[in-house]
Amino acid sequence: MTDIIKTDAVIVGAGPVGLFAVFELGLLDIKAHLIDILPKPGGQCAELYPEKPIYDIPAFPMVTGQGLVDNLMKQIEPFNPQFHYNEMVDSLEVLGTPQAPLFRLKTAGGDVFECKVVLIAAGGGSFQPKKPPVAGIEEFESKSVFYAVRKMETFRGKRVLIVGGGDSALDWTLNLAPIAERVTLMHRRDDFRAAPHSVNAMRELVAAGKMDLVIGQMTGLKGADGELSAVSVKGSDGAAFDIACDRMMPFFGLTMKLGPIADWGLNLHENLVPVDTEKFETNVPGVFAVGDINTYPGKLKLILSGFHEVALAAQKANRYIYPDKKVVFQYTTSSSSLQKKLGVA
Amino acid sequence: MVKITFVDAAGQSRTVDAEEGSTVMEAAIRNDVPGIEAECGGACACATCHVYVDDAFMEKLPKAEPMEEDMLDFAYDVRPTSRLSCQIRVSAAIDGLVVHTPEQQG
Repeated sequence: MTDIIKTDAVIVGAGPVGLFAVFELGLLDIKAHLIDILPKPGGQCAELYPEKPIYDIPAFPMVTGQGLVDNLMKQIEPFNPQFHYNEMVDSLEVLGTPQAPLFRLKTAGGDVFECKVVLIAAGGGSFQPKKPPVAGIEEFESKSVFYAVRKMETFRGKRVLIVGGGDSALDWTLNLAPIAERVTLMHRRDDFRAAPHSVNAMRELVAAGKMDLVIGQMTGLKGADGELSAVSVKGSDGAAFDIACDRMMPFFGLTMKLGPIADWGLNLHENLVPVDTEKFETNVPGVFAVGDINTYPGKLKLILSGFHEVALAAQKANRYIYPDKKVVFQYTTSSSSLQKKLGVA
Repeated sequence: MVKITFVDAAGQSRTVDAEEGSTVMEAAIRNDVPGIEAECGGACACATCHVYVDDAFMEKLPKAEPMEEDMLDFAYDVRPTSRLSCQIRVSAAIDGLVVHTPEQQG
């Protein structure tokens, strides 16, 4: 039995808007846990464009995606947020009432949270592995086609085909080469994005005859009952051939999918969550949606809009969590009590 | 204004006006050309604006930068004429450019 993690607020998504929500909630003494499917904070900013400049963050003429995330992490440090990475929230169950909300969230990994408010700051949804669009791949998934390695042992003695040219593809090629019967790495060109030392190590294994490297692209799958027997390939010269294999792992990067949020009983409009513009609350009292994942008349998918949204959502969250507390609006510039919370007073 | 023609996988073609200095992807998005998703908004981070450049124009375009080549690894059915349209800059030199959109974006 897993211990239930009890907290005031759970923030689903640790992108820039989810991170700033910690700040706005924190000023109101609301403790937050953040859950994100990525292994690090920052969401799209960190995953898609860490080095790219952003020019429309107020008071930052230019900041990189990673720079923004680093600053947000520093800004929310006083509130000691708890991060749960590599986890996707699977289900949301309503336990409380509209006046006194209480929720139970379960992650795919089995963690259970109980909280009074939920802020969905999930951006474009959760990052999930991109599937190669070859016909019938679903039939093989989790049986002989895998997008991640859970247990290396399951590859022992198998003929494994790994497809891709980045770090994931190269790392698993090197890790599985000693375990598998034979590892074949396939990539569309003889040039790799992966770290040069892994590429060199792979080329040494190829030169020593311990694995194969194929330049080409996947065109089809062969096999029956979920068990793969071969992958059809178009070579770099256009020639078609098959690679015999029992296991295949495609590494084509990540894409964003709404995922389980669709099943949480929230109203949806074209994969976005409609909210009001006073509290940024969904149709379920106590569940807020902020940032790119919400929609309302005039919505702009800007980080700065998300920052505004969490400030207002936090005010309503405050009324749920501290119904009897007198609401006093304060500025961080002058309020000694806020400064104390920030650790600067 | 520079003319750009997008031909979809079914063979239907759409010609749009593009501003010099913008990108071929932006011209597609501004004119609701189907077949270009541009999930990342032009940051060369997603490979969902993949196009095949018509043979006649391949030599008129500057070669893809290494970053674009890396991102093309995430596209499907990559061919020698494959490019990411967010990385093709519109100029008078490519007036009349014809690109084909793939059957499917990543």
